[in-house]
Amino acid sequence: MSGNWILSALLIVPVAGALAIMTLRGDGEATKTNARWIAIWSTLLTFAISLIGWSEFDNAKAGFQLVENHEWFNHFILYKLGVDGISMPFVLLTTFLMPICILASWTSVEKRVKEYMIAFLALEALMIGVFEALDLVLFYVFFEGGLIPMFLIIGVWGGKRRVYAAFKFFLYTLAGSLLMLLAIMTMYWTAGTTDIEVLLKTAFAPAAQKWLWLAFFASFAVKMPMWPFHTWLPDAHVEAPTAGSVILAGVLLKMGGYGFLRFSLPMFPDASVYFAPLIFTMSIIAIIYTSLVALVQEDMKKLIAYSSVAHMGFVTMGLFAANTQGVQGAVYQMVSHGLVSGALFLCVGVVYDRMHTRDIAAYGGLVQRMPRYAVAMMVFTLANVGLPGTSGFVGEFLTLLGAFEANTWVAFFATTGVILSAAYALFLYRRVIFGVLDKPNLMAIADLNWREIATLGPLLLLTIYYGVHPQPIIDVSAASIDALLQGFNHAVAATKTAAL
Amino acid sequence: MIATALSLPVILPEAIMAFGILVLLMIGAFRGEKSVWLVTEGAVVTLGVALVVLLFGSRPEGVTFNGAFTDDAFARFMKALALVGSLTTLLLSIDFLRHHKLGGFEFPVLMLLGTLGMMMLISASDFIALYLGLELMSLALYVVAAYSRDNLKATEAGLKYFVLGALSSGMLLYGASLMYGYSGTVSFAGIALALKGPAPIGVVFALVFVLAGLAFKISAVPFHMWTPDVYEGAPTPVTTFFASAPKMAAMAVLVRVTLTAFPGVASEWRQIVTFISIASMALGAFAAIGQTNIKRLMAYSSIGHMGFALVGLAAGTVEGAHGVIVYMAIYMVMTLGTFAGILSMRRNGEYVENISDLSGLARTNAPMAFFLATMMFSLAGIPPLAGFFAKFYVFAAAMKADLYGLAVIGVLLSAVGAYYYLRIVKIMYFDEPAKAFDRQGAATRIVLAGATAIVIFYALAPAPITNAAMAAAKSLF
Repeated sequence: MSGNWILSALLIVPVAGALAIMTLRGDGEATKTNARWIAIWSTLLTFAISLIGWSEFDNAKAGFQLVENHEWFNHFILYKLGVDGISMPFVLLTTFLMPICILASWTSVEKRVKEYMIAFLALEALMIGVFEALDLVLFYVFFEGGLIPMFLIIGVWGGKRRVYAAFKFFLYTLAGSLLMLLAIMTMYWTAGTTDIEVLLKTAFAPAAQKWLWLAFFASFAVKMPMWPFHTWLPDAHVEAPTAGSVILAGVLLKMGGYGFLRFSLPMFPDASVYFAPLIFTMSIIAIIYTSLVALVQEDMKKLIAYSSVAHMGFVTMGLFAANTQGVQGAVYQMVSHGLVSGALFLCVGVVYDRMHTRDIAAYGGLVQRMPRYAVAMMVFTLANVGLPGTSGFVGEFLTLLGAFEANTWVAFFATTGVILSAAYALFLYRRVIFGVLDKPNLMAIADLNWREIATLGPLLLLTIYYGVHPQPIIDVSAASIDALLQGFNHAVAATKTAAL
Repeated sequence: MIATALSLPVILPEAIMAFGILVLLMIGAFRGEKSVWLVTEGAVVTLGVALVVLLFGSRPEGVTFNGAFTDDAFARFMKALALVGSLTTLLLSIDFLRHHKLGGFEFPVLMLLGTLGMMMLISASDFIALYLGLELMSLALYVVAAYSRDNLKATEAGLKYFVLGALSSGMLLYGASLMYGYSGTVSFAGIALALKGPAPIGVVFALVFVLAGLAFKISAVPFHMWTPDVYEGAPTPVTTFFASAPKMAAMAVLVRVTLTAFPGVASEWRQIVTFISIASMALGAFAAIGQTNIKRLMAYSSIGHMGFALVGLAAGTVEGAHGVIVYMAIYMVMTLGTFAGILSMRRNGEYVENISDLSGLARTNAPMAFFLATMMFSLAGIPPLAGFFAKFYVFAAAMKADLYGLAVIGVLLSAVGAYYYLRIVKIMYFDEPAKAFDRQGAATRIVLAGATAIVIFYALAPAPITNAAMAAAKSLF
């Protein structure tokens, strides 16, 4: 098979970029500019390589493709990479968002630019690794290794309460994932390998499944984040620099959903059925409760952060509905949310760079000075609401469809969340964009410049494109999801027969 | 392996060390203070030659002194660690001792004596040899702890260490003699043969005393009281020494005794080791949080890490032993790196040791901050750094041995422990910069950078260490 270098290249290019920046000396303007250019070129190159990977990718195949396999820890842990229809969209999402993040930080990050770019490039490699890893331990290494750069990004370049937020983010996620590590070890001793491909075919005893499921749940529920483990998210979002928030919302949150889909559902099918009511309950509470909380926020970033939790509720609901619509919708919702919430954080960043406040009350009537900005923000707000014609609609609709098939009441309660999301999102939009332009310091505010158009433009196009033409993403993932659900239903049926 | 009365090839590294010590002592005694530099160089050469002979000399493995001294793969691995620890410490100490006008020729000689004790301890396969090695090591350590004799804190540290150390040696001896009473032999293999079936209460007593004596040396809770005071009070190079080489030797002998002398009463010692392990991890995690002195913090950190290493011992399997060995190797690298960092904390010519002195280091000395931060993340056990894999092995062994409770408590405590390592990173990276440190000495810079490189790149090529550790672990069973 050709293209066996692609997945490794996706890891190596960002790291090489980071190393190149490390060799720069001095703190002058020239060094900063060089660091920025190296970072943007390495992320663009990574994106280009991921597109090559996409072109090599065969949508019709369900299994892993572009596989690379090397021995790593003598017969114990493998260096095994591969992508299938489930991970491919996330790899592309990551590589697509990274250049945008770098561009968004072009002028807003002024201090310690070198270190900033190094942290982002290291983070990119680790995030891509999470979605590519086909060995559980390797997955864990990438999954948790990402904490280090993110901790520094929040802590060094964050807002006023950055130290608190950085620690909370780090310790919360660490505590969750350590239990998963123990589960990984148990799986190794049971199955004799940490190769994900083999583990996907291993049937774990139903009793053991429950413990393993819970341990994985501890990690992914925090990462996702699901109510009530979401409290680190608003803090982290609010304090992180704009690009940090984009990555947090766009990619890091998706790791939880990806983990559920990659591990919990196919490896522990019986436990997934057993715990599905718990997930449904938590998802509904997340959707309704955090939407209500979002309504009363006075900080723009915090509002979007809470809306993220609500949207992730749709994802978990769809995943554990365990039917084609639900899972397909969850994947779609995650990709769409990566674009939309990332874009919303960028929108907040735009006005924050000008006014240095995220207080909703400090704005109003921006449409009169910033028409282009108003248009962009309107599209993203409507996508966040899930208006038909935007990418947000497809995911939300499919997850609701899936949930309706699995449990009508769940779908019923979740639908109220759609109304609430319209309420808080439009309420935000009205307060910031419309109204009277009566704040004197807003009079001279400038509209989007070329750089901001370059960052928001691609996101805007994709949000609408995937809203009217969702087929590309669905085509990529369909075969893998069908195979996954087939195995899932088969395993559940087998356990039922055994129980009779 | 056949036990011989005396076989020179088996004890060649120790013989080299002993010979070197005697020669250096003579030089020092006759040439006086003028010979400091020569003796230090001689000590470095002696350690280096012993290390080379140990690693690359084509000597057969064997048992000598009628079964009292075993030279197997395990002994070689742990001796190599102890020698590397001593050698690095010696190199790190030169600048510091010269600055504090502590440069007597005795220091290198004492370090060599202590190291020789460690090597005997690691190879000991009966209780007499164990005690001889232990005392040779400890007596040298008592003296170096109080080496800065005009310093009140240092003398206090030395005295404390001596009194408590003597007590623990007494307990160990008492346990060993009880064991002799029950089994009629002092050799580990003989005891293992004698202790089959349910253990009489006297044997359990003996076991408790022996383990207590050894737990003192690795500073595991509840025998840890001396550690923070000694770490803080002793001159920093001495603390570096305490934190590295003797820990290797004491852990090695603990592993050897439990696995080769007491396999028949594994269920009894497993309880004790599990308790000590949990208590150490917990104290290490919680007590370190409030520390302001970085040496004191590292003392609690070392207590915690001994607890993590003991998780592997509690498993009592080949995987467990392998885990302990790898853990100790990686821990030593991290400790030496961190202390090289601490020894670089020099401002206006004076050594400082408060954590707050590190504030804003990322902006005044970016490479040093990066190196130290790597050490901290590795100590916290964050992948992909070496510290993660160290923890991975011991916990994997515990999970295989069905010690789920121990493993769950252990990982949760490691999350608590991560807090104080992160705090140091926070101080270096998030806080406003303090005045820059003086230029780093060559030795500290090389050790810090080298340790960082090992910690980062271990994941790329783990085979040399893990394979050697596996061979070492298998030689115990």
